[in-house]
Amino acid sequence: MSSDLGTIVVLAGGLSHERDVSLRSGRRVAQALRDRGHQVIESDVNAALADLLATTADPVVFPVLHGGDGEDGSLRQVLDLFGVPYVGSTGPASQRAFDKSICSPLVTVRTPAQVALPNSVFRELGAKALVSAVVDRLGLPLIVKPSRSGSALGCTKVTRIEALPSAMVAAYAFGETAVIEQFIEGTEVAVTVIDTGDGPRALPAVEIRPRSGIYDYTARYTAGETRFLCPAEISDEDAAACAELALHVHEQLGLRDLSRTDIIIGPQGPTFIETNVSPGMTETSLVPLAVEGAGEYFGELCAALVRQARRRHAAPSES
Amino acid sequence: MSLPEPRQRRDTVFDPWIDTYADRTHGLTVSAVRALFSVANRPEVVSLAGGMPNIADLPREAIGEAIAALIRDRGTQAMQYGSGQGEPFMREHITEVMAEEAIVAHPDDVVVTCGSQQGLDLVTRTFCDPGDVILAEAPSYVGAIGTFRAYQVQIIHVAIDEFGITPQALREAVNACRAAGKRIKFLYSIPNFQNPTGVTQTLERRRELIALAHEFDLLIVEDNPYGLLTIEGDPLPALRSMDDERVVYLGSFSKTFAPGFRVGWVLAPHAVREKLTLAQESATLAPPVFSQFAISTYLEQFDWRGQIVAYRDMYRGRRDAMLRGLTENMPAGCTWTHPTGGFFAWVTMPEGLDSQSMLPRAVSARVAYVPGTAFYADGMGSRNMRLSYCFPSEERILEGTRRLGEVMHDELEMLRTFGIGVGSAEHRYRDVTAGPAPDIT
Repeated sequence: MSSDLGTIVVLAGGLSHERDVSLRSGRRVAQALRDRGHQVIESDVNAALADLLATTADPVVFPVLHGGDGEDGSLRQVLDLFGVPYVGSTGPASQRAFDKSICSPLVTVRTPAQVALPNSVFRELGAKALVSAVVDRLGLPLIVKPSRSGSALGCTKVTRIEALPSAMVAAYAFGETAVIEQFIEGTEVAVTVIDTGDGPRALPAVEIRPRSGIYDYTARYTAGETRFLCPAEISDEDAAACAELALHVHEQLGLRDLSRTDIIIGPQGPTFIETNVSPGMTETSLVPLAVEGAGEYFGELCAALVRQARRRHAAPSES
Repeated sequence: MSLPEPRQRRDTVFDPWIDTYADRTHGLTVSAVRALFSVANRPEVVSLAGGMPNIADLPREAIGEAIAALIRDRGTQAMQYGSGQGEPFMREHITEVMAEEAIVAHPDDVVVTCGSQQGLDLVTRTFCDPGDVILAEAPSYVGAIGTFRAYQVQIIHVAIDEFGITPQALREAVNACRAAGKRIKFLYSIPNFQNPTGVTQTLERRRELIALAHEFDLLIVEDNPYGLLTIEGDPLPALRSMDDERVVYLGSFSKTFAPGFRVGWVLAPHAVREKLTLAQESATLAPPVFSQFAISTYLEQFDWRGQIVAYRDMYRGRRDAMLRGLTENMPAGCTWTHPTGGFFAWVTMPEGLDSQSMLPRAVSARVAYVPGTAFYADGMGSRNMRLSYCFPSEERILEGTRRLGEVMHDELEMLRTFGIGVGSAEHRYRDVTAGPAPDIT
C-alpha cells in the first residue's frame, strides 16, 4: 500500500501504569490511519524499537503513549536524537506539561491552590505537622494525585483530615511526588487544541458527566459509565473562556500539534486542572469525541497531524 | 490561534445506548487493577498474578501432526456442528479422566462446555434468579464471583481455614440466610488447592460438608480444575465421589492438558443435566466440536497420565521456589498458605498494608500479583494477595518474591511515615492462616 505519508509507526504500550489505555489508544489511531489507506506499523516501546526505526523506510512516529517515558518527554528526545519526525510536542515541552507539580506554577491562568511534596519531605520533617499545615493552608475538600500520572490513577478526593495520610500513600505508590490541591466543585469539561499547520485552534468543549459522580478510571474507560456532551451544556461565555484557557496553556507551555486541557468550571469560572500532550484516543476518550462533536473526522485529523510532522521535519526551522 | 465556531447546541450523548443497557451490565466495568496487569505481560515484569498453566513442555510437534491428521482424515466431522451435550466419545473420555479421582459417572450425565467457566455460567443460569443467594468460600475464585454477579445473585462468603470450609461458618451462614428469608441456591466450593488460597479441604471436612448438605438440603457445586495436580501427599476423593445426587461437578482440561481448546464439562444429576443441555443449546448450539476431537485425539494417542505426572513435578519445583522465596523475602508479620497442589499461594500481609493500593508500587518495581479484594464480593481481602507459581520459572519466582519483599518494606516505611498501621480501621481482611510461616527452605 502506498501513501504520501510514508510509513507511520504508531507507538503504544510502554511500561507505565497506563499501558492498557495506551494500547487501546494506539489501536484506534492505527486503524483510523489504515482506514484512510496509510501504511502503519504498530510497535511497543522496547529494545527492538531502534532497529525498527533504522530499518523502516522514511518513518514518522505517532506516539500514543500515556504516562511515564512516553509522556514525560524522554521518548520524544530519543526520537529527536534518531532524527525521526514525530507527532506532538517536543521533549522539553512534554516534560513541562506532564509533571503536575511543574505545569501548574508555569501557566498564568486560574489554577487550584496546590502544594507538591516529595515523600522524602514527610519522612524527614514528620507527617503529622505537615498534614495539618497542608489542610490549614488549602482547606477541605482536597484532591491528592501523583505528580506524574494520568487516567485518574492514584487520585483520591479527601474530605476529612484523617483520610489525607491514606490518600498520600496511594499517590506515592505511583511516584515520588504527590500534588495536593483544592478540590473545585463544578462542571468538568475537556478542551482539545489542534494545530495542523494553520495555528492552534480549540475544538468544542466536551462535558463529562460520570454516572457515579466521580470521573475515575472505571468511569473513564467503561463504555456507558459516563455521559459525554458536546458541545458542553455551558454558557457561551464559559465555552469561550474554556477555549481561550486551553489555547493559552497550549501556547504558554510551548506545546504543538495536539493537547487536551482539563478544566473545571467552578464558582469563579473556568479553572485549569491539567493538560495532556498525549491524550487518550480510545473509544471512550475525549479527543475523538471532541473531533466528532466538531463535525470532523478522527482519521483525517490523525493523517493531518502526521502530515504536519513530516512538513516540520522537512523544514526544521519551522519547528 | 482560533476559538471554536459557535455551533448549535445539541444534547449529544456519544454512546447512544447509554440508557438502554441491562442493569446487570453495570457491574461489568473496567478496573484500574486489571489495567495494571497489562504491564505484567511485559518480559521485564515478573508476573505472579496470572493463573496461566505452563504448557511449554507439551509434545507440541507430535500434537500438531496428530491434529493435522485429524483434519485430513476426519475433518468433515470435526469441523461440523455437533451435539449440544457434547460428542459421545468426548463424554466417554471425560468419565475415564474423572475415574482418576474416584468418580464413577455415566457419559449420559456429562455436558461438555466451553471451559469449566461456561459450565459455571450454565449452572448459575439454570438455578439462579436475581436476588438468590450463592454461598462461596471466603475468598473464592474471581471468575466465579464475576459470573454470579452477572446473574445479579447475592454472594455470601463462608469462612475457611487451612482445612477448608469451617462447618460452623457454613451452618451459621445457612441459618442466617434462611432466617432472613433468602433462597440459597447452592454452595460453590473448590475443594482441591483452592483458587486463590491453595487450601485443600481435608477428608474429614469433606464428609462434614456432605453431611451438612444433607441436613440443610443444600446443593454443592464442586469446581475441581486442579484435582489431578497433587504435588504433595495423597490425592483426596472428590465431593462428587462421595455423593452423586447432591453435587454438581465442574471439570476441565485447561490445567491437565491445555486451556486454549476451551473444553470443560459439568457432571450433574440426570434432571439437572437435561436443563444444562438445553441451556447449552441455547447459548452455543454445541460446545466446540473441533476442540473435542482434538482433545480426544490427545487422550487416545498420547500418554496423558504421564504428562500429568510431568506437570506435577514441574509445579512442585515452582511451588517450592515460591515457598522458599516467601520465607527469604517477606517482612515480619507476613503469613502464607502451604499449597499441596494447584497453582496458588495466599499471602496475608502485616497490618496496615493494602494490597490494592500497593499494586502500582509493585508494578513499578516490575513484579505483579492479584490483590486479595478481587476474590471477595464484600470488599474484604485488602491485606491479602494471591501469588501464582504456575507460569514463571523457579528463578523468576525467586526474583519476583525478592522484588515483592522490597516493595512491602518500602510500603511499610511509607505507612510508618504517615502513622498508618496498627489499629487502622480502614483495612479489612480475612486470614486463612493464623499460624506461623511454613518451614520450607
